Amino acid sequence: MNGGDLILLALVLPLFGAVGIAAASRIGANAREAVTLLTAGALAWAVWSLVPELMQGGRPSLFFSEIVPGVEIAFKVEPLGMLFAALASSLWIINSIYSIGYMRGNNESNQTRFYIFFAVALAATIGIAFADNLFTLFLFYEVLTLSTYPLVAHKGDAKTVRSARVYLGVLLTTSIGLLLPAIIWVYFVAGTGTFTAGGILEGKVAGPAVGLLLGLFVFGIGKAAVMPVHRWLPAAMVAPTPVSALLHAVAVVKAGVFTITKVIIYIFGVDFLFAEPSSGWLVYVAAFTIIAASIVALRQQNLKRLLAYSTIAQLSYVVMATAILKPLAEIGAAVHMVAHAFGKITLFFAAGAIYTAAKKTELHQLRGIARRMPWTMAAFTIGALSMIGVPPTGGFVSKWYILAGAFQADNYVAIATIIASTALNAAYFLPIIYMAWFLKEDTPPTKEHGEAPFAVVLALTITAALTLAFFFLNGPVLKLERQLMQGLS
Amino acid sequence: MIDWSVHLPALQVIVPMLSAPFALLLRPRGLAWAAAVAASLFAFAIAIMLTLGVLAGRNFVYQMGNWPAPYGIELGVDAFSALVLLVITGASSLALLAGRRSLNADIEEERQPLFYAAWLLALAGLVGIPVAADAFNIFVFMEISSLASYVLIAGGPDRRALPAVFKYLIMGTIGATFYLIGIGLIYLMTGTLNLADMELRIHEVADQKPILVAAGFVTIGLALKAAVFPLHVWLPNAYTYAPNAVTVFLAACATKVSLYLLLRFDFFVFQPNLVGHDVQFSYFLMPLAVLAILIASGVALFEQNIKRLLAYSSVAQIGYILLGASFVTITGLTASTVHLFNHALAKGTLFLAVGCLATQCTGLRLSDLGGVAKRMPWTAAAFVVAGFSLIGIPGTAGFVSKWYLITAALEQGSLGIALVAVLVISSLMAVVYIWRIVESIYFAEPCTDLSAVREAPPAMLVFTWLAVLANVYFGLVPEVPVALASSAAETLLEHLP
Repeated sequence: MNGGDLILLALVLPLFGAVGIAAASRIGANAREAVTLLTAGALAWAVWSLVPELMQGGRPSLFFSEIVPGVEIAFKVEPLGMLFAALASSLWIINSIYSIGYMRGNNESNQTRFYIFFAVALAATIGIAFADNLFTLFLFYEVLTLSTYPLVAHKGDAKTVRSARVYLGVLLTTSIGLLLPAIIWVYFVAGTGTFTAGGILEGKVAGPAVGLLLGLFVFGIGKAAVMPVHRWLPAAMVAPTPVSALLHAVAVVKAGVFTITKVIIYIFGVDFLFAEPSSGWLVYVAAFTIIAASIVALRQQNLKRLLAYSTIAQLSYVVMATAILKPLAEIGAAVHMVAHAFGKITLFFAAGAIYTAAKKTELHQLRGIARRMPWTMAAFTIGALSMIGVPPTGGFVSKWYILAGAFQADNYVAIATIIASTALNAAYFLPIIYMAWFLKEDTPPTKEHGEAPFAVVLALTITAALTLAFFFLNGPVLKLERQLMQGLS
Repeated sequence: MIDWSVHLPALQVIVPMLSAPFALLLRPRGLAWAAAVAASLFAFAIAIMLTLGVLAGRNFVYQMGNWPAPYGIELGVDAFSALVLLVITGASSLALLAGRRSLNADIEEERQPLFYAAWLLALAGLVGIPVAADAFNIFVFMEISSLASYVLIAGGPDRRALPAVFKYLIMGTIGATFYLIGIGLIYLMTGTLNLADMELRIHEVADQKPILVAAGFVTIGLALKAAVFPLHVWLPNAYTYAPNAVTVFLAACATKVSLYLLLRFDFFVFQPNLVGHDVQFSYFLMPLAVLAILIASGVALFEQNIKRLLAYSSVAQIGYILLGASFVTITGLTASTVHLFNHALAKGTLFLAVGCLATQCTGLRLSDLGGVAKRMPWTAAAFVVAGFSLIGIPGTAGFVSKWYLITAALEQGSLGIALVAVLVISSLMAVVYIWRIVESIYFAEPCTDLSAVREAPPAMLVFTWLAVLANVYFGLVPEVPVALASSAAETLLEHLP
């Protein structure tokens, strides 16, 4: 199969999977889960099959249709998108294993609907990753928003529906209100929105308009959760934990920062933005988000909400790294997407495992829980260390590159922010770890419990191992992302 | 070999018109419906053939009885009229096919032949307007379609339809009379009724008062028929209390035809000849369009009855169509005409889904619909996707017109940025009013007993979903409507000096 076919396959596989899941649910839950796992495996295979061609410098592409003259639905694989697609599709397998344990362990209702929309969300993610132009990206961006709505509103009670309304409201308002005008503006001045190495806006927009357009993009891409458009992410925590883990720590939020990175590298062009003073504000906004979200995280009592605010801060790491506009920092941004994905999915898996086994959601309930759930808390510890950026975890690698890029650009704001946020990360994660491992339970739980179901523990062990492994085995990712830098100074 | 395709413009009108008395004779149960469906599908097929011909570069001109224009009656079909014909005949066919069950419930059996005869007359009148090439025949067709549609709206069991239709009748008649006064004045000054001939002859008398007065009468009269804000007051109740299948049909095309005529008359006859008319046209319609978009969307936000909610949304969408036209540019007119098609598709589908809901639910207020999605998953999903199209989510037809509209607005410079803001705000309002419905059908606690509620009959669902898929198809592959719309925009602008 050539590259174009593989792209098409990767796009339609999850959709066929969704239909298959609906059909198999008539047979039984086991058949349905088998279809999910099979689809996830096949998708990962299709996505990974694209890697060799890309490594040799090829750029597989696929043209679908032309909506309006100059505005096409087209796909092209490039290093950043490859990384994102490979990440999302591979973690989907692990997440599906986890979902099976979690959804059954908690006797959740409407499981078929859950798996169907999960598959659709993955198709949208792949579409975002492989989009060749702004329009295609926007198309799948909106599909991702809409397909995750039923997952967020899964429980269906009044509180959940209210939160889901915030989720949809923020994401749609920003995307229709800011992102769409920005995209049409780009098509209007440049006549195209195709992602091109070096950007397409040089000579088309100048002066303060560049800063304004950048603003429309950054705040229009609500999924990147740059403050003040971050409110949807804590709201999304009402979803079942597998959704929080894969979608709201990896697919959806990474789609946001991925889009910002792509827009900066391929639409504006790094050199163009660097020479344009009106775009300098982005580093400060991202830095503010990192610090503010970390401070808010310090004050959270609910574990999942804490993780959500931590995600907001970590996403702005990527935005800030991209905004430093230096090659090493861009590599850091790409690496951080992977490192954070492994770490944060592990943390969410752990939070979900605790909920499944002990029905505990608040921080103060976690005293001494590590004795009952050593595997879960070991994984949680590894994930937390990665968030702080301690070796030997993946978080260290990306922080290294972002710092190196910041020094390259002599950007002391960025350097100070990274140092301060490391301290803040430690300040909110270390007490949890300490409490879980070294304190005694105040009151014995109402029901004796050990670890969560096997599928859950298996999944979080794998992702914790990946977090560690990424510290040692990050060579291929770096090699891939160096390609990204070839066009840059 | 005789080329039959030259007769297509005439057949387009004749088929539904002659089928009407025929349907009247078909007493046995269901036969009148079958005749109406057959005539409507036949008309749809003719519209498709005409569209294909137009896309292949052909311009249909037909002289009745071979009497040359301007003495004889001339019919003509170009890209713009082909687009409108597709909308009308398609909407009629889908509404009839999907609406059989609900019409059977709404109309007593012995009145059905009368009802379907009226339907076919309405169809004949509506297709007559885009096909006719002279102003008086257009008036005749307008009256045929209006009178027949009053009957259709009042045909249901809901007695509230009677005052609604009376209001529509009064306002519609005022509109038609204004139009008639306008063309009367033009006839007085130029001695012709043929639009092409009028365009040439009006030039000599363009500065005379009667022509200016005529322009005013024609524009206001047609704006009334097209429910241009603030002349829209007849529309919400007429749509709300009409039988559901009739709402599908009329919501998709009745106002569109008047908009078509408004644009065609203005661009063919007035714009090229009246000095400064294009500026007046812009300055007159643009504020009305903006007000329509914002105010009608605002009303829709608080509306409880979903049919009326969608009717107010229609008033807002008519604003979109006018806004595009008021730019008097290629992109603007393309946006306007393509939205005419896309909105008909989206709104028609939404009303089809409403028709499905109405087969099972006791009422159509939001509170009556709590939680029905569990019982009617297919209907609810159809409503959601059609709602996306109305909002303009990418991947649906509505997005294509929104894209064109925003691009057209950006071409206007700084004024355009304000208009982009208006479009964006109204899209967000659309998100809110559609989502109010979605939340209540999916998540609200049912306040009535839903145990008797079943999924809508398969025959309805199939055609509803056909329309839903058309929304997605024309969102991903919009070549045909876009080609027709841009060609229509070019034709309209060609007439400008």
